[in-house]
Amino acid sequence: MSMVPEPLRRLPWRVYGLLALMALFGCVVLYSAAGGHLMPWAGMQAARFLVFCVMAEAISRIPFSLVERTALPLYGAVLAALVLVELIGGVAGGSQRWINLGFMQLQPSEFMKPACVLAVARFYTLLPARQVRSWTAIWPALALIGIPAALIMIQPDLGTALMVTAGGITVMFLAGLPMRLFLGAGAAVAAIVPIAFTMLHDYQQKRVLIFMDPESDPLGAGYHISQSKIAIGSGGIFGKGFLNGTQSHLDYLPEGHTDFVFATMAEEWGVVGGVFLIVCFMLLLRWGMRVAQRTEQKFPRMVVAGLTMTIFFYIAINMSMVMGLAPVVGIPLPFMSYGGSSMMTIMMCVGIILNIDRTRSRSSATGWR
Amino acid sequence: MKLFGKKILTEAQQSLTFSRRAVLVSSAQMGMGALLATRMGWIAIAENEKYSLLSESNRVNLTLIPPRRGWIVDRKGIPLANNRTDFRVDIIPDRLRDGDRGRVVELLTQLLALRPEEVDRINESLEKAAGFQPVQVADGLDYAKYAAVSVRLSELPGVAPSQGFSRFYPAGPSVGHLIGYVGGASAKEYEKTRDPLLITPGFKVGKQGLEQFYDGPLTGKPGARRVEVTARGRIVRDLATRPDVAGKTVKLTIDAGLQDYAGRRMGTQSGAVVVMDCSTGDVLASASMPSFDPNSFSDGISHLEWEMLSKDDHVPLRNKALQGLYPPGSTVKPMVALSFLEHGLDPDEHVGCTGAVRVGNTLFHCWKRGGHGAINMGRAIAQSCDIYFYVMAQRFGMDVIADMARRLGLGQKYDLPFPSQSYGTVPDPAWKQKKYNQPWAIYDTVNATIGQGYMLVNPTQMAVMASRLASGRALVPHFLADGKRHDAPPLGVRQENLDLIHTAMSNVINGGGTGGAARLPVPGVLMAGKTGTAQVRRITMAERSRGVRGNSSLPFKLRDHALLQCFAPFDKPRYALGCILEHNGHVTRIMDSTTISSDIMSYLFDPAGAMERLEKLEKEWGGTPQQRLEKQIVAYRIEKGVAAAATETANAAGTGAANDSAPVNTAEDEQEAERPAPTPAAAGASTGAAAPAATASPAAAALPGAAANASTPRP
Repeated sequence: MSMVPEPLRRLPWRVYGLLALMALFGCVVLYSAAGGHLMPWAGMQAARFLVFCVMAEAISRIPFSLVERTALPLYGAVLAALVLVELIGGVAGGSQRWINLGFMQLQPSEFMKPACVLAVARFYTLLPARQVRSWTAIWPALALIGIPAALIMIQPDLGTALMVTAGGITVMFLAGLPMRLFLGAGAAVAAIVPIAFTMLHDYQQKRVLIFMDPESDPLGAGYHISQSKIAIGSGGIFGKGFLNGTQSHLDYLPEGHTDFVFATMAEEWGVVGGVFLIVCFMLLLRWGMRVAQRTEQKFPRMVVAGLTMTIFFYIAINMSMVMGLAPVVGIPLPFMSYGGSSMMTIMMCVGIILNIDRTRSRSSATGWR
Repeated sequence: MKLFGKKILTEAQQSLTFSRRAVLVSSAQMGMGALLATRMGWIAIAENEKYSLLSESNRVNLTLIPPRRGWIVDRKGIPLANNRTDFRVDIIPDRLRDGDRGRVVELLTQLLALRPEEVDRINESLEKAAGFQPVQVADGLDYAKYAAVSVRLSELPGVAPSQGFSRFYPAGPSVGHLIGYVGGASAKEYEKTRDPLLITPGFKVGKQGLEQFYDGPLTGKPGARRVEVTARGRIVRDLATRPDVAGKTVKLTIDAGLQDYAGRRMGTQSGAVVVMDCSTGDVLASASMPSFDPNSFSDGISHLEWEMLSKDDHVPLRNKALQGLYPPGSTVKPMVALSFLEHGLDPDEHVGCTGAVRVGNTLFHCWKRGGHGAINMGRAIAQSCDIYFYVMAQRFGMDVIADMARRLGLGQKYDLPFPSQSYGTVPDPAWKQKKYNQPWAIYDTVNATIGQGYMLVNPTQMAVMASRLASGRALVPHFLADGKRHDAPPLGVRQENLDLIHTAMSNVINGGGTGGAARLPVPGVLMAGKTGTAQVRRITMAERSRGVRGNSSLPFKLRDHALLQCFAPFDKPRYALGCILEHNGHVTRIMDSTTISSDIMSYLFDPAGAMERLEKLEKEWGGTPQQRLEKQIVAYRIEKGVAAAATETANAAGTGAANDSAPVNTAEDEQEAERPAPTPAAAGASTGAAAPAATASPAAAALPGAAANASTPRP
């Protein structure tokens, strides 16, 4: 132990170890998805992971008070970028979600996921506790969530909009708004869905029905889900073996390296691989929620819980989709799906959680690493 | 300010709420994790079998290999239908976008040097084809052309070159009707069974004749090539190939040499010859000419060739041996005489023939104007005297004759391996009453005794009659050499009566009778037989007084049919033959039923001599039927080339017999009063599909015997 310098020893190795394990597994799957090649996906993914680990560590060392103070201005900046994207997209005439900065393409909707959580948490921190059960506690939060969500929705990017909304609402829930409000809203949605369904166009109804029974249209809209289920189902308990997946290697599984990477993994590693991955994800989420529960201050603990929930939504929505429990929305699986944006968002979340955890343990000295 | 309840939170309470709700959120996350794991287990473990199967059916593409079709061989094992290795090119319409069609067909035309009419056929098939049915572009290609298409496949979407087998009929036209031909399965056949084999390029099913009847055993089991394919259809690797199992060989009783000889010897005549073995009933030859080349049908016949065949007045698309119905004419006389003998006729009793006899109020003529004078049964058969039979028939009655006709196989349907046969009519009073609701008249009997009137037979029945008269046993024709003994029960006719008939029939040919031209050119073998002439038109009184016009001056359709039934050797019958040449008119001696039958029969005793004579004749006729057919097609193409535009409006190509030109039956004798002809309903006996029905129908317009007079009997 003495060989290792103190600052290095104090790094949260367990968290990084867990992340590295998942990222490594992701790279192994991407290596197979590329037909047994590091390029174009696995190598790039590994490099990105290392870069984003450094980024997360850097974020974790920013003085937390700075994060707290800049939460709202940051939110404002991202919102402005979203509007800018909308304007540029309108000019370009297509659905454009990024600003080309020349050296990289900036996708502001990704930043909005943590930014929204931070902003809503900040709002409730500023709000006195006795006002939490009044109108004043609701409409500003709804506005903070609703405006970016609407902007992202018209891009259109339903998946991201949903996640921004879910992250914000989680913070509202944790802030202590009356339970009735959430139960009532849930009941209202449940009541409205059947009515809304009858008001949909035929083709829209068809899409919903195909989601309910993808096999009814295996070559059309249900193709993705059908093929994904075939990949997972044919993997069995132990899978077809590394590099032996047929659904992915013979191109039957669409998007096998991005949104449907879980199916690619499940085909070759079976239920064993799937459960291993789910357990890893749950460990990460449990770590996040524990940090939240141990944090005393209002703002950081709401932030930690909200960001953990954001990571959870990635996992839950993606995996529900590939297993046919949710409609096809383009949400990647953390650490597994190829792509820089989602990994950056998640590592930003992880970085902030690490920051809060470090700040908390420095003040209370009862650290959990 | 207190919209949501009375409680006002304090910081401490808010903190507690947070903790409680964080636990709730945390549990929800873990619950979701458990749910996802459960869901995954359900798909991958409980439903593993289902999804494994789906995954396999994604991955593996099964390509059927059409089975090699079984051969059809003759009694000695000589192939009548076999297979040739073949390079072929098909188009799968499903895989061909409409926009590409013109370009693809043009490129194929250029690569394969297709003729314009082939291109027309391909385009027409593509228009009509159900998308999954392959359309043949060309087969029988040499390797160079096959390779030329194969290397440019990327420019030819929907084009499928393949290597396989194609059907080959060495004898060509002379086996056309007997064997039939093969062709791609129709959309209807596919929709019935959904057997993927039916739409495999290169797979053919039997379409006519024996090919159709024995399609089951001839079709083997398809092989399969399993390949791993990507979602886009690219083949990754071969997995396993199961070879095909060839179809069974079908062995016939046919004698290939005789069959070919019979077809060729008929020359330019239209008709059929059937040869049977007198001890077993084996059919040794069943030739209907003119015919089509089954090879060109199996390759997908061109519009032009089909049009030519369907318009020919010699009806090359009808199997006359089974579907042609003709009045048997005088060939029934031995049968009629036998029926009288069995009912006590004294063969030595004489009848005076003066050339005509009045029956009721009708004058019936003998074919010989001056008459035969006093004539007994033997001479009446040898000289084919009509008057003798007119007189005797009135004594014994129609039921006696009809009974014997049936015992000798006329009007009978046989269990033959052909999709359809027309089995004609043996009329009797009960039949006429039922059919036309008219009483039997005496002139009906008189007409029937000379094989006119309502009586209709097909050439196969003619051969059966000859074989039964020769053997005295109820032989049944069959085509399959199945190794079983075919015992035929005795007819129950007295042998001395048969002997009398045999002698009389021998005298027809060897004793100065009407069939002298049929004498066998084989020393020591005597043939017995009976000639026949069936008129297809009336002879008016005026005509008769002017002198009957010679057949040679009549148009084809109005000429008499020439018939012969015979067997040889006459004293120990081994082979029986039935020959009907429609509208032959006895115009050319060398192409009359007598000489044709004699040469065909002689082939069985002296093949070399018979072949020598045939080759000499074929030089005069312009070659073998195959060569003449090819010349005919070339000539037709040139003729149509001039009026190319007109061909496009012609009727659609298809298969099946054309239904114009049916054998027509007319009374042999004139009569003063005209009677209404019976409506042309099917003459009591016609089986099967549309084509033979159409055949029988005009034939049934036979005028009621002597009633024929003013109007033409053609419907």
